Amino acid sequence: MLIFSEYLGLRIDGRRANELRKITCKTNVIDYTDGSAYFEQGNTKILVGILGPREAKQRSASQTTQVTLNVEFLVSPFSSVERKKRSKYDRRSVEIATSIKQTFEHVIIGQLFPRSQIDIFIHLLQQDGGVLEACINATCLALIDAGIPMTDYVCAINAGYVDDSPMLDLNMVEEASFDTPNITIAVLIRSGKICLLQLESTLAVDLLAPVLELAKTGCKYIHSVLDSTIKESTQSMINSVTL
Amino acid sequence: MSSESGPISKGIVTTGSLITRDGVFMKGHGTFVENGEIYASITGTVERINKLVSVTSLRQRYSGEIGDIVVGRISRVGLKRWLVNVNGRQDARRKSASDELQMRKFFKEGDVVFAEVQSVFVDGALSLHTRSLDYGKLRNGVVCYVSPALVVRSRSHLISLHCGVDVVLGVNGCIHIGKHRVFSHLQVDSDNDEAYLKDEQSSLESNTKAGNSSTLPNNDYSDIYSDVNDDIDISTRTNISRVHNCIVILDRLFIRLNSTSINTAYEQSLQYFVPELLKQDVANEIAESRDNKNSAMTFKLLVNSVAYGILSRTDDLSAQRYTIE
Repeated sequence: MLIFSEYLGLRIDGRRANELRKITCKTNVIDYTDGSAYFEQGNTKILVGILGPREAKQRSASQTTQVTLNVEFLVSPFSSVERKKRSKYDRRSVEIATSIKQTFEHVIIGQLFPRSQIDIFIHLLQQDGGVLEACINATCLALIDAGIPMTDYVCAINAGYVDDSPMLDLNMVEEASFDTPNITIAVLIRSGKICLLQLESTLAVDLLAPVLELAKTGCKYIHSVLDSTIKESTQSMINSVTL
Repeated sequence: MSSESGPISKGIVTTGSLITRDGVFMKGHGTFVENGEIYASITGTVERINKLVSVTSLRQRYSGEIGDIVVGRISRVGLKRWLVNVNGRQDARRKSASDELQMRKFFKEGDVVFAEVQSVFVDGALSLHTRSLDYGKLRNGVVCYVSPALVVRSRSHLISLHCGVDVVLGVNGCIHIGKHRVFSHLQVDSDNDEAYLKDEQSSLESNTKAGNSSTLPNNDYSDIYSDVNDDIDISTRTNISRVHNCIVILDRLFIRLNSTSINTAYEQSLQYFVPELLKQDVANEIAESRDNKNSAMTFKLLVNSVAYGILSRTDDLSAQRYTIE
């Protein structure tokens, strides 16, 4: 399938190579959680709820110096065209949950909550490519909403390389296309460090740098969206509490 | 003061943003240091006390401090202690020294207790005491949970309303609403009686410091630890649910809970049926009918403004601030 028209310089959904899909997000959307976020990136829709830090439910899982992160990733059966039922423990779901856990272990200041645990529940409501990136962005938003101390924002994006040009934020059709390499990176915004990098399919080494460069720029943009959402919700909370 | 101590960010800071480069400051809660610079680890407002810089968030879980009055639910009964879920980072403990054989006679799983924080452990776990006769088991009512930021630490966490309903505000955001009872020691914020029992406050504090085993007089045992509800007449029951719903509304609007805000909300709610209060569409409907002076919208504004002394009269309010969403 032709996913990039060189003639027009447009992708299958009308974007240019360096354009992101529309991001809509909102925090504090679920009542009985400590923090929650709803995140849409194009047609990928995600809901995240955070519980904790609270007493570890299993004694065996609790650590004496650190907080324990528990990530559950759930795919709704109606999330994609193929109505395939996926269990919580299928290989791909476990992989995504582990990636998210490892990503956030870097930034959460866990020493503050020994013997406690933080539960992160991620619900994938609809998928249209870039599931991992959207999950990381949504989780970051929800963790900040929950007031969990972190050293930095973590923003993620995926990128690929099509027809001699790096391409940002692949959707499902682009991801599925056979010869598109697909890189998902998560970036610590302040330091610019990459804390997660996943590559599916292959990419020539000399092409990695330009793709990463583009992806980092994308992350900065995502950070600005997340940051303004957080600031807005905090401001409205402060307004109503001090009015 | 500010001229000598260098630049420092004001207002809202978000996670990872720089607060100050100046090395003279010390990091407080919600901050961390990297390369001698202080950054925010949570989102909130910067507060500064002399050289100590901290960030306070409105969305954090409750973390206890000595002397806090909390309401919690017994989650487990151990051999020598009760574990109380106070909605904090760690469950709290109410220790007992003498009563090991009959632990469940005093508190069982699921009981709602009202206690004071005696000490805080390094991992954030709390130790509670119920040393005053007023502390102990709560019954004859309902419990609801609000955002802990809405309950500020104050002199009195007991509110006695006109309608025969008592509200116990736990600093942890757990609130008990129940039938009126007589508190013998603690200071009650009451409409009926303005006389405060101030001297009891100091005796409480000395109790906290003493750290002896619990001393409760024997005569009141059965009453204090009873978990059978009294007879509650239908009007009190209605009032309890009304106050409960008012508190839920205040929580949704993110308005601080105190005797003024709860009283105002209660009075304004009297024109609606109790179950109506929580319906968004009913509230909106009423809000849309512009000629209705006492609309839900004005209710929201009323609670907001009366509680904080901006305006005190309904007429003024509806005249001046009708267009706000």
